[in-house]
Amino acid sequence: MNKYIYADNAATTQVSERVLKAMLPYYKERFGNPSSIYSIGQEAKDAVESARQIVASYLNADMDEIYFTSGGSESDNWAIKGIAYQMGKKGKKHIITTKFEHHAVLHTVEALEKEGFEITYLDVHEDGIIRLDELENAIRKDTALVTIIYANNEIGTIQPIEEIGKICREKGVIFHTDAVQAVSNVPIDVKSQNIDLLSLSGHKFHAPKGVGALYIKRGITLEKLIHGGAQERKQRAGTENVAGIVGLSVALKEACDNMEERNKRVVAMRDKLIDNLLKIDKSRLNGHRTKRLPGNVNMSFRGIEGESLLLMLGAKGICASSGSACTSGSLDPSHVLLAIGLPHETAHGSLRLTIGGDNTEEEIDYILKEIPSIIENLRRMSPLWEKIIKEEN
Amino acid sequence: MAYSEKVMEHFSNPRNVGEIEDADGIGEVGNPKCGDIMKMYIKVNDGIIEDVKFKTFGCGAAIATSSMATELIKGKKIEEALKLTNKAVMEALGGLPPVKVHCSVLAEQAIKTTIADYYRKRGIDPEPIIGSLKSCNHDQELCNCDNCTCE
Repeated sequence: MNKYIYADNAATTQVSERVLKAMLPYYKERFGNPSSIYSIGQEAKDAVESARQIVASYLNADMDEIYFTSGGSESDNWAIKGIAYQMGKKGKKHIITTKFEHHAVLHTVEALEKEGFEITYLDVHEDGIIRLDELENAIRKDTALVTIIYANNEIGTIQPIEEIGKICREKGVIFHTDAVQAVSNVPIDVKSQNIDLLSLSGHKFHAPKGVGALYIKRGITLEKLIHGGAQERKQRAGTENVAGIVGLSVALKEACDNMEERNKRVVAMRDKLIDNLLKIDKSRLNGHRTKRLPGNVNMSFRGIEGESLLLMLGAKGICASSGSACTSGSLDPSHVLLAIGLPHETAHGSLRLTIGGDNTEEEIDYILKEIPSIIENLRRMSPLWEKIIKEEN
Repeated sequence: MAYSEKVMEHFSNPRNVGEIEDADGIGEVGNPKCGDIMKMYIKVNDGIIEDVKFKTFGCGAAIATSSMATELIKGKKIEEALKLTNKAVMEALGGLPPVKVHCSVLAEQAIKTTIADYYRKRGIDPEPIIGSLKSCNHDQELCNCDNCTCE
C-alpha cells in the first residue's frame, strides 16, 4: 500500500504521466510564443489550436467556442461578470443562481449585488437538487443570466442541466454552468444540453493547476475580463499557457475516453463506502443517493467535529476533506451543508471522500477499517455525543 | 494553517479524558453551533485540584487546549488554577494558529466555569472571586461566528 491514500480528488488530482510527457516539450524545445511568426512560435500556436479542437470535441462544441483561461475561478468570473455588464447596459440586472454554488460563483454574484444587480438564490432542497418550477418562476423580464453549478463540489449532486438549459432557451435567458467538478466525470454535450457558457478546470482531471477553459456559445457576446493582447480571438489577453493547455487537452481526452470503464469501478467503490459508512450509528449521507458524481461521498457523523476527524484520518495516511468550519478558517460550517438544511452541529461533523480512477479496492477497505474506530474514539470524548445519547433514552 | 508538534501530540494523546462521577465541580462551555463544547470535572481536596477530567467536542486545537489546560491545573491550588490564562495554555502548546486562539479562551473559561460550580456547590458566591462569566465563549475580536451571541 502507498504511504498515503488520496481520497480528495475533488480538491485536485495528480498530473498523469502521459499529460506531463506531452507538456514537457513546450517548456524546452518548443517554448515559442504562439503570437510569433517563426517556426517555434507557430509550433506552439498549432499546439494550442489542436488542444482547442480536442476540448471542443469532448463538449460537442466548435473550436471557436473554446477560450482558454487560468482555471475555474477565472472562467466563472468572466462568464458571470462578462454577461452581467453586457446585459446590464440593456437594463437587465437580475441574476439567478443557487444557494450552494462554489465560492467562485457565489462571491462573484455577491460583488455584483453591491454594484446594483439583484440576485435570486434558488433553494437546493434536502437532496441538493434545484426544482425546475422554482427556476421557471424566478425568471423575470430583466433576468440577465442563470448560473447553476453542474455538479456540486462538496456533495456531488448533479443538476438537471438539459432541462435547466431548455427553460432558459425558451425564456431567452443566457445559461452558464460551473462544470468544474462534472467535466471528465459525466458526459457533456453543450448542444443537446442547451448550455450557453460552461466553465472547466484542468487540475480536477489530471492536468496541471492554473489552466482551464470557458465555452462560449457562438453568437453570445460578453465583456472582457482581462484586457491586453489579441490572444484568444481578442477576448482574453495574456500569452497562452501553452504547456498547460496541451496538458489540459491530453488529460481531458484520457479521462473522457476511459470514462465509462472508470466510472463503473469508481461508482462501485463509492457505493461500498456509502453503504458501509451508513452502518455507523447516527450517520447520514449528504445529497441525493444516485444523482451524484461517481466518486463523491459526503457523510455527516453526529457528535463529532470534522477537523478532528480529518486530523485522525491524516494520522492514518488518509487524505480527505470536510465541510467543517475549522478547515475553512471561519467558525461557520459549509454553506453547502447548511443549504441542504443540515443543522450547524451536524454540518460541523461532515466528511468528504472523493474517489478517482487511481484508487483501489484495497484502499477503500482500509478507509472502511479505520473510520469507525476513529469516530468511536472521538465520540467517547464528546460531550455533545453524550447529550445526543441521553436525549434518545 | 499548521499546528505545532506539541498541539498534535496533545491532540493525538489527550491527557485526562473522561468524567469524574463524584466530581466537586462540573463546568461546560461552548456551543455546538459554533463547533466546540468543553466539559470539565474537578475533584478538590483541601483546596487542591486532585483530579481533573474533560470531554470535548471540537477541532484539533479544542481537544489539545483542553488536554493542556487540565494538565496545567492538576495538583494546583484553586487560586492558582484561576490565574491560568488562555495565553499560558497557548504558550505551553507552542502557539496556535490565529483562527484557533478562541479555543484557548474556551479552555480558560472551562476552568473558571468548573471552579465557579465548585464554589456554588459549597454555598459560596463565585462572582466576587472569579468575576462574571460571560455567556459567550468565543473571543469577540477573533470570533466571526454568526451564531455567537457576543455583546
